[in-house]
Amino acid sequence: MTQKKGSSSKQNEFTMIADKENAEEFSSSASEEKVSVASNWKLVWWRYRKNRLAVISLFLLFFVLTIIIFPDFYANQYSEKTNAREAYIPIQKIHFFKDGKVDLWAEKLVGKRNMKTLAMEWVSDPAQSVDVQFFGKGFQWKFLFWNTERHLLVPADASTRIFILGSDRMGRDQWSRLMYATKTSLTVGMVSVLISVLLGVLLGGISGYFGGTADMIIQRLIEILNSVPYVPIWMAMTAALPRNWSSEQRFFAITVILSLLGWTTLGREVRGKFLSIREEDYVLAAELIGCSKFRIIANHMVPTFLSHIIATGTLMIPQMIVNETSLSFLGLGLRPPAISYGVMLQEAQNVKTMAQAPWLMIPGLVVVIAVLMFNLAGDGLRDAADPYSK
Amino acid sequence: MASYIAKRLLVIPLLLLVFSIVIFFLIQAPPGDFMTTYSAILAGSGSSMDNEQLNLMRIDYGLDKPMHIQYIRWMGKLLHGDMGLSLLYMLPNTKLIGDRIGLTVLLAFFSFILSWLIAIPAGIYSATHKNSIGDYFFTVINYIGVAIPNFFLALLLMWICYDLWGLNLVGLFSPKYEMAPWSWAKVGDLLSHIWLPSLILALGGSARLTRIMRANLLDELGKPYMITGRAKGMSEWALVMKYPVRLAINPLVSTIGNYIPQLFSGSLVVATVMNLQNIGPLLLQALSMQDMYLSGSILLVYCLLAIIGTILSDMLLVWVDPRIRME
Repeated sequence: MTQKKGSSSKQNEFTMIADKENAEEFSSSASEEKVSVASNWKLVWWRYRKNRLAVISLFLLFFVLTIIIFPDFYANQYSEKTNAREAYIPIQKIHFFKDGKVDLWAEKLVGKRNMKTLAMEWVSDPAQSVDVQFFGKGFQWKFLFWNTERHLLVPADASTRIFILGSDRMGRDQWSRLMYATKTSLTVGMVSVLISVLLGVLLGGISGYFGGTADMIIQRLIEILNSVPYVPIWMAMTAALPRNWSSEQRFFAITVILSLLGWTTLGREVRGKFLSIREEDYVLAAELIGCSKFRIIANHMVPTFLSHIIATGTLMIPQMIVNETSLSFLGLGLRPPAISYGVMLQEAQNVKTMAQAPWLMIPGLVVVIAVLMFNLAGDGLRDAADPYSK
Repeated sequence: MASYIAKRLLVIPLLLLVFSIVIFFLIQAPPGDFMTTYSAILAGSGSSMDNEQLNLMRIDYGLDKPMHIQYIRWMGKLLHGDMGLSLLYMLPNTKLIGDRIGLTVLLAFFSFILSWLIAIPAGIYSATHKNSIGDYFFTVINYIGVAIPNFFLALLLMWICYDLWGLNLVGLFSPKYEMAPWSWAKVGDLLSHIWLPSLILALGGSARLTRIMRANLLDELGKPYMITGRAKGMSEWALVMKYPVRLAINPLVSTIGNYIPQLFSGSLVVATVMNLQNIGPLLLQALSMQDMYLSGSILLVYCLLAIIGTILSDMLLVWVDPRIRME
């Protein structure tokens, strides 16, 4: 968005790198030297950190990464633990102070049946409270090789349950399920982008480096794939998966299916890059000293636009997350017992349920936040990807 | 121009042939066939059919033939404009799809127009008032517009309307007109319902378009011809509208080709959530019930619509930007 193609500024590299607001940082000769010897990645990072939102998003993403790796730590009960008596419990507020002193507690919710509508109504009972604690003991899980019972936030009395984000139709805890959903949905997004990137670099590289018939075929393929409405085709593909497949098999299949149509944008970009640097002197030099084609591509050409690939890839992840969520929401993506954002949102499919239990829509908000973080980080990366341009 | 259009139109049958093979492969891939699902439904409702009857029905519908024969039969019928029979509804697919195709195209068309109506003024404003409050406002809206899955936006709006005003925003018609034959009153009723799903669909697209428009226009605004214009005493409004905006729109037009297939994709999900009578929910049903010829026909129709959209956008691009050579 902010990338300008202004070619008029052909000054030396230092002034190009130093933006106006940071000019003084680079003004001294010492820092000029720093810039001139800095590696490509260092330059990218210097530029990236100027974008405050992108930096914040990146740190949040690192935090989210810990959820993906250790969802059990953040969860406080088994994701499938059901109790019909605890269905549709609203958000249980957590308080940090009690009578002016620091004390962690959760509101105690008491259910009463409304005799007119026959629906359960949960109200907070001010006379009672539930003690909760950080890093308390809950169910057992495996941290790398060790068994542990520690969780981020658990009730002090292990026999009670708390619902930080409410409970669903079957009395399952949304907070805990959300942690596992984050793991599944983001993994699907990232792995399918990884496969797309590999496909895009491979096919785009063949297309751009070798040209000729291969280029023609790959370009036609990209054109055909681009004129396809993705969602219906994805639906047909996922509907074609055998029904007796396990969750893991289905998970892997859907990841692959998403990436099969997703590589085209990157394929085009990589082809363009290859076409433009194929004629560079250093490629010719590498050819003349007898480097193999693979070595030229992998060691000399790809690194020049690796940062672009990473930026494009980061911007593709949110799209994949949304795609997976939509498919699972329609019942054609991941299916229970797998937990993903889309699977969780299936609980909120009709207006009456939503009116009764609006907290069932929280997974949707989490999707929006996740997508925003990836987009902001990706935008920052894209702007910083080429440190030699202004 | 004529030969260019003719060339593009000639590619359509070729593309459709490729798609039809892929689609046929996909729809017959699930294990079992409609009869398996059908007997399961019958068993669920208490009655049953023995295997012999099922096999007889299979022979009747040609489900026993090898794959390539089934494909050739399907293609042969398709070329005569016959999309076969929906085993689910026991109605010709042509009628089922024909009833809903108009609404499918209409919804996509409305959201397309809406997204442009929002994106161009917003993009112009953001670029000419760079870093103003309005610019930041549009930027925030754009980020959210891109981030929010359109089915979730639909759910959210439906919930808000239901919670605040008790409105149930589903369907494209009021109950009164649902079954009524077409009349002007029904058209009016449709127009009073269709704007919301169109807007939901348009938001994601317009967010992307605004960003492109803003970036392109910013590039143009710095060019020397702007200074010349100002030096000649042109009013700022006329100057911006006459030259840079026209140039900045061209790259936008070239995105239509990718945008239209996405619109149909999006309309499918939103239509399912809001229960709109377009071909999206029909496809979902056909796929889950293994009504393979219905799902195959719908998929083919989606591809056809997307191809036509892409070709229209190419022609529009040639018309808008005469510098583009027709190859």
